[in-house]
Amino acid sequence: MRALALLLALFAALAVVPLAADTYVVALVTRAMIFALAAVSLDFILGGAGLVSFGHAALMGIGAYGVGILMEEGTREALIAFPAAMAAAGLFALVTGAVSLKTRGVYFIMITLAFGQMAFFVAQSLSAYGGDDGLSLAARSTVAGQRWLKSPVTFHYATLGLLILITALCALILASPFGRVLRAAKENERRVRALGIDPYPYRLVAYGLAGAFAGLSGALLANLTEFVSPAFLSWHRSGELIVMVVAGAMAASALGVRAGGAGRLGGAVLGAVGVILVEEGLAHLTEHWRIVFGPLLVLLVLLGGWRGRRA
Amino acid sequence: MSTTLLLVQVLNGLQLGVLLFLVAAGLTLVFGVMDVINLAHGVQYMLGAYLMVTATALTGSFWLGLPLALVAALVLGLVLERLVIRPLYGRDHLEQVLATFGVILFVNEGVKMVWGAAPLAIPMPDALSGSIRLMDGLNYTVYRLALLGAGLLVAGGLYLLVTRTRSGMLLRAGASNAPMVSALGVDIGALFAKVFAFGAMLAAFAGAMAGPILSVEPGMGDGLLILAFVVIVIGGIGSIRGAFVAALLVGLIDTLGRSFLTDLLKLVLPPSDATQVGPALASMSVYLLMACVLFFRPRGLFPAPA
Repeated sequence: MRALALLLALFAALAVVPLAADTYVVALVTRAMIFALAAVSLDFILGGAGLVSFGHAALMGIGAYGVGILMEEGTREALIAFPAAMAAAGLFALVTGAVSLKTRGVYFIMITLAFGQMAFFVAQSLSAYGGDDGLSLAARSTVAGQRWLKSPVTFHYATLGLLILITALCALILASPFGRVLRAAKENERRVRALGIDPYPYRLVAYGLAGAFAGLSGALLANLTEFVSPAFLSWHRSGELIVMVVAGAMAASALGVRAGGAGRLGGAVLGAVGVILVEEGLAHLTEHWRIVFGPLLVLLVLLGGWRGRRA
Repeated sequence: MSTTLLLVQVLNGLQLGVLLFLVAAGLTLVFGVMDVINLAHGVQYMLGAYLMVTATALTGSFWLGLPLALVAALVLGLVLERLVIRPLYGRDHLEQVLATFGVILFVNEGVKMVWGAAPLAIPMPDALSGSIRLMDGLNYTVYRLALLGAGLLVAGGLYLLVTRTRSGMLLRAGASNAPMVSALGVDIGALFAKVFAFGAMLAAFAGAMAGPILSVEPGMGDGLLILAFVVIVIGGIGSIRGAFVAALLVGLIDTLGRSFLTDLLKLVLPPSDATQVGPALASMSVYLLMACVLFFRPRGLFPAPA
């Protein structure tokens, strides 16, 4: 129950932001929600299936480039560009996942990093689309021909709607028999195999879905910043997404939400929004905000362990 | 002309490989022996370079500065182990990633505050400056040769240390079964602390030695950290021998790819395509190598015995 309460409280808080805040804060919170969407898609495979992907930013970046390249070629319509971006990212995830999922543990982390870096260098070499400098979008995407996304408030609510939709979808999938296989294989792969189920195809489908959802977040990010660049695909960004998911899960468990199912996804939303807002808040206080933020992360882990050991 | 260029690039590649090995050796030991993913290993490389800047400025000499910087790096390694790493033993890998990522942010910013964000330089020692003639038309910097030699020397010393000494025996025993070693009366905590600080010092040595040929700047360890992870994964986690082979392989492939791949592609592709594809392919060559190695040998080239 606490898990659902956490999610509802978070979504309610995000929904009232435009009522009380100026354009700058609305754009900041929209950005936080876009990262929350990416973090949810990562947590879907990380928390749900135990697959730690260190190349998630590449999937996000492919979605962003999907929108950027289609716009450069004359297609501004979100109803075409967004599904295309999701398909491209999902396809990339399926192909690389087919190879990566043969490995386990740290080796999986590193092979996803390898594919992420390959995508990064490909983006860097796309000289027709800005290459290293990135690509400026002419404008935001249109929805059914209408320029709805131009208004910060509409964009905010559209992002919130998609975030709620994808979070609910991921939670439903994890609760379904399909998700049960994923979670069981995370706990004890040998037992799942002994029951006659090969987890590989389940994991591959989940990885592809996570790729499509991450692609959606990238498409939104490209629209928010009206700019895409290879930096969107860098491993730093993948690391940040992992930090959001893990920090969020630890913060959620500190609040008494059990890590599992929807509660986990709530942690990812909390982590992404929390990390972006804390970064922004500290950056207002001091130029050297990382000197505070770094030890905060260390403390979160060390204190979290203290709680865990007492339990 | 082409042969000498090839030879120079092979030497450059070996030298990058040796640097990578010095960083990867500590990383693979800490990972293999203590089962800790230490993302902060890259900042120890950077700290080595910065400590070297200060130590050479203080003493006015490269040769006095080097041991000073190494001792300082060793002490910092012990402090980091005590404050952050020790509570992380036996914890989830992701929690280790999160905590050591926090250390990266802290140290990178701290370095910016103490030494400034602008790149610094370490003066090259007089005895090693200048270049030497290896063969007709091939001059090579003495310092880079010395760096290569020093790295190979450390690699040899490390091999002897691990395979021939009592400390090395304890280290290998700790890697295969830490609780058993502890039950036999060895202070495993102290052993871990020593391994960690020693790894930190190796990384700092790499940073201090690379200082005179690279610019010393905040974040200089981040890119190298990722390459070092590539190296230990290709070599097989926990294997020093694997790290050595993989480091040289990665160093050579990366360097040779960057210098020759575009020209090679021009033989089969139109020149305009080759100049676009070449650099991208060269940049991703080590990652392609890693993906291929993991596909055929999911536990690396020299998997440590389970």
